[in-house]
Amino acid sequence: MIRIFKHRLFWPLAALAALLLACSIRRPGILGITVLDGHLFGAPIDILRNSAPLLLVALGMTLVIATRGIDLSVGATVAIAGAVALTFIASSEHPGSLGTALGAIVVALGLCFVLGCFNGMLVANFGIQPIIATLILMTAGRGIAMLITNGQITTVASAPFGALASGFLLGLPVAAIIAYGVYIVVALLVRRTALGMLLESVGINPEASRLAGVKSKTLVFTVYVLCAMLSGLAGLIFAANTMAADANNAGLFIELDAILAVVIGGTSLAGGKFNLSGTLIGVLIITTLSLTVTVLGVSPLVTSLFKAIVVIAVTLMMSTRLRAMLAGLRERRRFQEVNA
Amino acid sequence: MIASEPQQRPNAADIPEYPPSSPVVQMTGITVEFPGVKALDSVDFRLFPGEVHALMGENGAGKSTLIKALTGVNQIAAGTVMVSGAPARFSGPADAREHGISTVYQEVNLCTNLTVAENIMLGSEPRRFGGLDWHSMRRQAKVFLTRMGLGIDPASSLGSHSLAVQQLVAISRAMVVNAKVLILDEPTSSLDTDEVEQLFEVMRQLRQDGVAILFVSHFLDQIYAISDRITVLRNGALVQERLTGELPQRELVSLMIAGTPDAQVGQANERSSSGSRAENAKPLLQAVGLGRKGAVQPFDLELYPGEVIGMAGLLGSGRTELARLLYGADKADEGSINLQGAPAKLRTPRQALGHKIAYTSEDRKGEGVVGDLTVAENIILGLQAARGWTRPMPAAKASQVVEAYIKALGIRPANPQALLKNLSGGNQQKVLLARWLATAPKLLILDEPTRGIDIGAKTEIMNLVSELAEQGMAVVFISAELEEVLRLSDRIVVMRDHAKVAEIHSTPDVDVPRLIEIIASGEEDK
Repeated sequence: MIRIFKHRLFWPLAALAALLLACSIRRPGILGITVLDGHLFGAPIDILRNSAPLLLVALGMTLVIATRGIDLSVGATVAIAGAVALTFIASSEHPGSLGTALGAIVVALGLCFVLGCFNGMLVANFGIQPIIATLILMTAGRGIAMLITNGQITTVASAPFGALASGFLLGLPVAAIIAYGVYIVVALLVRRTALGMLLESVGINPEASRLAGVKSKTLVFTVYVLCAMLSGLAGLIFAANTMAADANNAGLFIELDAILAVVIGGTSLAGGKFNLSGTLIGVLIITTLSLTVTVLGVSPLVTSLFKAIVVIAVTLMMSTRLRAMLAGLRERRRFQEVNA
Repeated sequence: MIASEPQQRPNAADIPEYPPSSPVVQMTGITVEFPGVKALDSVDFRLFPGEVHALMGENGAGKSTLIKALTGVNQIAAGTVMVSGAPARFSGPADAREHGISTVYQEVNLCTNLTVAENIMLGSEPRRFGGLDWHSMRRQAKVFLTRMGLGIDPASSLGSHSLAVQQLVAISRAMVVNAKVLILDEPTSSLDTDEVEQLFEVMRQLRQDGVAILFVSHFLDQIYAISDRITVLRNGALVQERLTGELPQRELVSLMIAGTPDAQVGQANERSSSGSRAENAKPLLQAVGLGRKGAVQPFDLELYPGEVIGMAGLLGSGRTELARLLYGADKADEGSINLQGAPAKLRTPRQALGHKIAYTSEDRKGEGVVGDLTVAENIILGLQAARGWTRPMPAAKASQVVEAYIKALGIRPANPQALLKNLSGGNQQKVLLARWLATAPKLLILDEPTRGIDIGAKTEIMNLVSELAEQGMAVVFISAELEEVLRLSDRIVVMRDHAKVAEIHSTPDVDVPRLIEIIASGEEDK
């Protein structure tokens, strides 16, 4: 029993369960899943679909943070990917064709690859602090997206592209299938190859890793590229959801949510050991929070306050120092009881 | 050399009163304890006005601990500090500075993006109408600069000046508070010859003005050029306090290096018969004119399979710097390396690894151990790095390698899943050795592999080195302990003041005193 409490994912999971419980107490049956036209519907499915972009971004962020880095430019990358894809579709002759949609995806991801290379080069090759290096693209990125869309909110109609967000496959939302599929692939890639161990090694002790022959520069570079590509994919899902390229608001503050998800999931911002399953739970908590806020009828004015309280509670419960203090208190109380 | 006709003064008791005044700093019976270690054990130290007093000792001797005890960084467990005859206990460097004891560290602790004047006057800025009086600040700074013989513009940015000038600015800053005592902790390590002379000129001037200077440097020549008196520490204890003019270099070196407690002293090395190479052996590695500015002067070196090369020299003599060039940990800026007769590029550790060269750093914690990874992961790290991340070690093979080395090297606890940071120093060192041995190196460079580990582990590691050489591996063995070097090596390279000064075959007549003499004189022949 005690061991369950000590598991590093216990408190994040407990928080997730509490949020879901609160929802179903307030509105019994909300967690049920119904089948309509062969598609699954219901709050859990919504959570899966809504969590897709954040999961992709947080996945890349986890790997970046493992190398002692951080990527603040993911939100801007989300906006750029959406802007490129939708502008590409809008300017093509057959906006509705499958080929155009695929072309848009390839062009958008290609540009994200370049953006990732830019970040990676600044951090790995020029040794600029990650927070500064990625701040450049964070601020400049939305300007780039503006340039691409000419400052307009480009709206398009393309059924194949829209399917990225609203489509269903085998009864499940396409967005969720993409995000969770990519999550599984990346998780396997990281843990089945030596990538995970080498990333952790670089994050824990960069100089020792270099002297051990680890190509730390290449690894760090790769991670920033991967993070940008994943953010690009998230941007495509975002854009497909609204079918409007909003350079100002797409992916706004998603970098903060992603960092939160990583931290809630138990990966230290100091780098080193990382925990992908923790990140997944962090993402689910943050997504579920939005649902809980609506269901509980929390006023939109204090929504962010409510979110902050939940996040603080989870991080506090995970803090080893606080746990040690609580354990100390319990010890003392037991001691007093024994001596009473 | 200044110490040509020295008078022997073996007893620390009859230290001459020099100069004939009372000490400005008198530390008596200073003991400093860190968890589990006595860093200083009842050390006496005194500092007179108008002298340059050199504090000497090898790594871990307690030099910086003593300085930190004086300036209040380290808590003193026992003993008293008297400054100008009154008991003093400072709360930190800032407090000490206010009481006239200024410290200038090896790394210039200044703000390179501020002006020279701002750096000098920081903390004592002249103020007017609630703001800073810039004009008067520059004028005052100019006075201090002139005193240092520096003609630079106080309004120029500090970063635009050379390191030597920055160092002198740091000293100017130290003098702003009218320092009675100036502590210079390795101020010369990044300066070239002319710059050192400039610094010494300033030091002589300050000495004349009655300032007491505590000087720490690893360069023996500099110690003899500038200091009036030397205090030698070893393993946290006071060895002797002597006048520089009465202490020959050879004696100084032997005071600094351990007083040879075990039986291997003077013993001819164990391997000299077995390890000598065949007549027509071809060198594994040839370094020609290899050097790096500021780190090690160009040197030639040949390494043969099956041979152990020992590197002797004091701390900071360039032992580590030389080894790092051979491994590509630092890039050489001149010279070349041949491997098995063919020119080779060794510009990164990865390239060296590809050529089957392995290197364990002397800084085990900072440059070796990946503490939050397991023992198993640490052992296969080198192998895995060589394979690249796309080709992971098959789990079965990895655990086979790990188990084999845990057993062969006697790593305790024998748990591959233990986090490396939880192992003792000796066992961490064995794990790092395992990491490199697993890559099957042809050349193994060991920088202080026995430092800070218990005597049992030490012996095991030294026996292992012998065995590896017998199996045909070329080994470079660096150690501050000369007995170890003598015992293991077939040839010994002597380093001094960042240059290779001698290379001797380890014959039975080479013993510790002989080696000390070569280190001290920098010459092979008497």
